[in-house]
Amino acid sequence: MSTVVTGPGRKAGSFLHRHPGLRLAGFLSAPLLWLVVAYLGALAVLLISAFWTVDGFTGETVRAFSLTNFQTLFSEEVYRNVTLRSLGVATAVTVICMLIAVPMAFFMAKVASPRSRHWLVIAILTPLWASYLVKAYAWRILLANGGPVDSLLGGPGNGPGYGLVATVIVLSYLWLPYMILPIYAGLERLPDSLLEASADLGARAGRTFRSVVLPTLIPSVFAGSIFTFSLSLGDYITVQIVGGKSQLIGNLVYANIGAANNLPFAAAIATVPVLIMVIYLLAVRRSGALEEL
Amino acid sequence: MRSGMSLIAALAAGVLTLAGCGGDGGTTGGGSGPGGLTVPKIDELAALGAGEGEVNVVSWAGYVEDGSTDKAVDWVTGFEKETGCQVNNKIAGTSDEMVSLMKTGEYDVVSASGDASLRLIYGGDVAPVNTDLIANYKDVFDGLKNKQWNSVDGAAYGVPHGRGANLLMYRTDTVTPAPTSWSVVFDPASPYKGKITAYDSPIYIADAALYLMKTKPDLKITNPYALDDTQFQAAVDLLKQQNELIGEYWSDYTKEVQAFKAGNSVLGTTWQVIQNLTEADGAPVESILPSEGATGWSDTWMVAAKAKHPNCSYLWMNHIISPQANAGVAEWFGEAPSNKLSCALTADKSHCATFHAEDEDYFEQVWYWTTPLAQCVDGRTDVTCKDYAAWTQAWTTIKG
Repeated sequence: MSTVVTGPGRKAGSFLHRHPGLRLAGFLSAPLLWLVVAYLGALAVLLISAFWTVDGFTGETVRAFSLTNFQTLFSEEVYRNVTLRSLGVATAVTVICMLIAVPMAFFMAKVASPRSRHWLVIAILTPLWASYLVKAYAWRILLANGGPVDSLLGGPGNGPGYGLVATVIVLSYLWLPYMILPIYAGLERLPDSLLEASADLGARAGRTFRSVVLPTLIPSVFAGSIFTFSLSLGDYITVQIVGGKSQLIGNLVYANIGAANNLPFAAAIATVPVLIMVIYLLAVRRSGALEEL
Repeated sequence: MRSGMSLIAALAAGVLTLAGCGGDGGTTGGGSGPGGLTVPKIDELAALGAGEGEVNVVSWAGYVEDGSTDKAVDWVTGFEKETGCQVNNKIAGTSDEMVSLMKTGEYDVVSASGDASLRLIYGGDVAPVNTDLIANYKDVFDGLKNKQWNSVDGAAYGVPHGRGANLLMYRTDTVTPAPTSWSVVFDPASPYKGKITAYDSPIYIADAALYLMKTKPDLKITNPYALDDTQFQAAVDLLKQQNELIGEYWSDYTKEVQAFKAGNSVLGTTWQVIQNLTEADGAPVESILPSEGATGWSDTWMVAAKAKHPNCSYLWMNHIISPQANAGVAEWFGEAPSNKLSCALTADKSHCATFHAEDEDYFEQVWYWTTPLAQCVDGRTDVTCKDYAAWTQAWTTIKG
């Protein structure tokens, strides 16, 4: 195209040049609109519809304010149990991911040679190239009665089978990269010279870890845990495939949308993980983890 | 911290205000179905025109086969060639899923069971069918026409597809002696604990009610879809006890096939087509109709009220109940066909006899899926029955 901008384009350009505020507004309005309308708007609609009900017979949504959904949610024991179970699974997955990710990320960032470091990062990322469903179904076959996991442990029925244990294993496998990467990024920013200085000043490995590595590590771990925790809390597919008869919050939401056609109640249930995550994020914020993301 | 909290508070206040507004324009709900509700007025198709080139179908697994599952099983390709209507099929695992899918407005026709059909009719999601435009309708068994689940005030809302029973499937190598009763899936001391499976839908409560109807006469259950408080509680308790024995619930048929093949499930409720597929995969499985009878289905092809391809929909409905296609589905899925002429065309000539196609007495023993209503469907007027919403909530509680 031509190199000289002419006519209205040029005028607009110089107008914007003179008004930096407008320039900024124009620049940000599209993403802001996305954030407010598509993101917060959807959340608001979710919260509003949680107060509606559904006609039990025809399945039409009744748009009248009612607290019925929340009453059911709080009075029925089963919803409390499912919430606690989901919290337990999400916590277990986060702890397992953490225990595996910390040594792994430390090795990648501090021990491995810079050349192999790149390959390790790629190796961590490769599982993300495969579809989530393929991986979950692969685990269903791995964990099947008399399948590879059973054989490894000495015969049919020796493995965990399908159930909550299987769900925790598969979710830990699925979300591990999301824990490794923030910890790796955090540790990489820690200069090697600090470790050397600590050693020169006479600190043993344990002391160096506590006083130098840990302060960097904790916020990174929390940053990673936001991913593993929230992804596990909302998951319903893995538990459907390898979870046996167990149900988590996600399954209740799914069952109320897909099977029961009760969108308002599904919305009411969906506010539970939202609330848990808000509390979690507020707690994590104090550790400085949000700066690590 | 302070600014964060006030932001949340502001958001919450805004939401509450909006929610309050939502209440003003709301419609009043709570109709209890037939008697309490009226059928939305929707016109039937007056005349058949040219096909639109495609038709979007919601169906049960095994109803729409184009040769991709088994080369010999194909009644779709011929239809596509003949009419130019490309068939886009979506398989649903439960009736509830079918109702939700039809509400999206994306689909033209659906193979609805009795627990979905009335909900679709009263919800205004399906249109009455002009049976004059469906040449094969005249050959449908009279015992299936104008029934409570496929018509309203004499107006047909679809064409009958076929009927059958939910069966009990077991692995012959592990389950001995061979079961004859549903008691094996409810026995608390079952040796197959952890390897029993059940259908993952609230309608499965009827299976427990049917079992109680035969084994606990003092509960006085006369229809497994009409349960008052005591009867409902008994069925729910039985299912909660059964939950201890369950390995997993199924609604996705591929999941059940795989579970039986690996041996994760060895005993549980099934459809004939699933047994066929599992057997074809090389697993030693058998299925029976237990002595208590069974729940079952009588399916109807219905056309969406706002179908985007009405002509192709009618062509499809005419095709799927044509003797050849109807015989094909009936044999593949394992059910009784709806077309009288189908019986002569099945590969196994005794198919219609085996599945009791013309045996109305037999189908008296099969309890077709029906939507439970507050107004008891067995005709009792002195009590209120549990409606489907209550069944749905109970189902979540049963699974724990």
